[in-house]
Amino acid sequence: MNIRDEAKVEVTAPEFDWRPAASLAALQDRAAGLKWLRDFFSDRGVLEVETPLLMSSTVTDPHIEGFSVPFSDHDRYLQTSPEYAMKRLLAAGSGSIFQICKAFRVGEVGRKHNPEFTILEWYREGFDHFDLMDEVELLVGGYLGRGDVTRISYAELFEEYFEVNPHSIDDVALTNLARSQLDTDFKDATRDTWLDLLMSGVIEPQLARRGLVFVYDFPASQAALSRLTVTAQGDSIGQRFELYVDGVELVNGYHELLDAEEQRRRFERDNEQRKQLSRPPRALDEKFLAALDSGIPACAGAALGVDRLLMLACKSKSIAEAVSFDWVRA
Amino acid sequence: MANYSTNEFRSGLKVMLDGEPCSILENEFVKPGKGQAFARVRLRNLNSGRVWERTFKSGDSLEGADVMEVSLEFLYSDGEFWHFMEPDTYEQYQADQKAVGEAADWLKEQDRCEVTLYNGVPLSVQPPNFVELEIVDTDPGLKGDTASGGSKPATLSTGAVVKVPLFLNQGDTVRVDTRTGEYQGRSKG
Repeated sequence: MNIRDEAKVEVTAPEFDWRPAASLAALQDRAAGLKWLRDFFSDRGVLEVETPLLMSSTVTDPHIEGFSVPFSDHDRYLQTSPEYAMKRLLAAGSGSIFQICKAFRVGEVGRKHNPEFTILEWYREGFDHFDLMDEVELLVGGYLGRGDVTRISYAELFEEYFEVNPHSIDDVALTNLARSQLDTDFKDATRDTWLDLLMSGVIEPQLARRGLVFVYDFPASQAALSRLTVTAQGDSIGQRFELYVDGVELVNGYHELLDAEEQRRRFERDNEQRKQLSRPPRALDEKFLAALDSGIPACAGAALGVDRLLMLACKSKSIAEAVSFDWVRA
Repeated sequence: MANYSTNEFRSGLKVMLDGEPCSILENEFVKPGKGQAFARVRLRNLNSGRVWERTFKSGDSLEGADVMEVSLEFLYSDGEFWHFMEPDTYEQYQADQKAVGEAADWLKEQDRCEVTLYNGVPLSVQPPNFVELEIVDTDPGLKGDTASGGSKPATLSTGAVVKVPLFLNQGDTVRVDTRTGEYQGRSKG
């Protein structure tokens, strides 16, 4: 007989398992963590707000898809982040605000991704992205009890790992660099695809050994909703940062763009890119643009993946261990 | 064969990559918040055994590979090919030296083996974890020495050479772990 058969153990497949993947201790840590985060902001006089999960428009981001939900004659969208609604509150004079809520993104399932996730988003009036990095350091370092923090610009990071300037390297050299680092056969990759690939495929895994790493000043093409500026070296950059903790992308922050016309151009450019990717263009969020046009105070804002923070705090390998029921078990 | 998109990649799925049949070992979804989604995939090339890591754009697809794992009975070797049979259908398969590889040391007639078929042809053969084989050649046993820890080489009916205790003789049958090539015990058979 074949002895190998004896080694097979009955395990319920996760999609049929009624039990949570998270331990009771992880759920208790989660409850305490949410309270800790709320206290952090109320101690600083930041107002807690709630905005709708079901919005009448969704984001134009080429690589983010919102779930659409039928409602009488007009679909609604589960928000992919509360950013636009919160900026409308800022325009209405709310002052600094924060929110802890659910956000939803189609297709993002993996060890560090759940299509339904908890996001902490906040805006600080009068801050730029460096002030906000200070606050993120207090928040994340404080919650995780970690002091191993470094700050490095996107350009310095590429200089360190690949000895190139990511802002000025020409397309051919960039393509060759990416191909020399990773086994791929993309035929229609754009500049940002190669940069993303080097960042997530080569650099991110190495950041796993570097603790808390703020990466700031991203390529202008990845500015998203941040302000553009030109560095002393003459590189055009977006005033944005990402915080990686042990190689896990945790916080994304912007020195927020205030110019409604520039914002509209970026949305339109996003839609152009969506067409090239055979994705449906999205109607622009005119209420958000009108709020920008009416004027929002100078501010910086950040979004933090709460499930990831809790996953890091309990040293789990997977987000499934930090939420009651992950996507597969939901 | 069907095409599989990266979000259907599961450990164990067999796909064609660069014309080679591969088994997926691991698939990690990678996505910077605002950036593109990728699938970082580890695969084993079933022809060479080599493991490689390839990054795909999320949503890219690969053709499935016609690879099946079947349990077949070993019939005989004619020196060039090893012949196997599916015991229910009596369908026969012949495996070449490359497919059989080191398993050749452990193939005994009528034993069941796990055979990987690619387009209906054996690609690899895995012997049972434990086999019982007859000793065809070894130095004569030492009288009375049944307990001491000594061992000696013995040639088995398949040609494999394993270390056996001194008291065993030609004609005895022994049980061997094919994963380590180690003697496990004397068989009463």
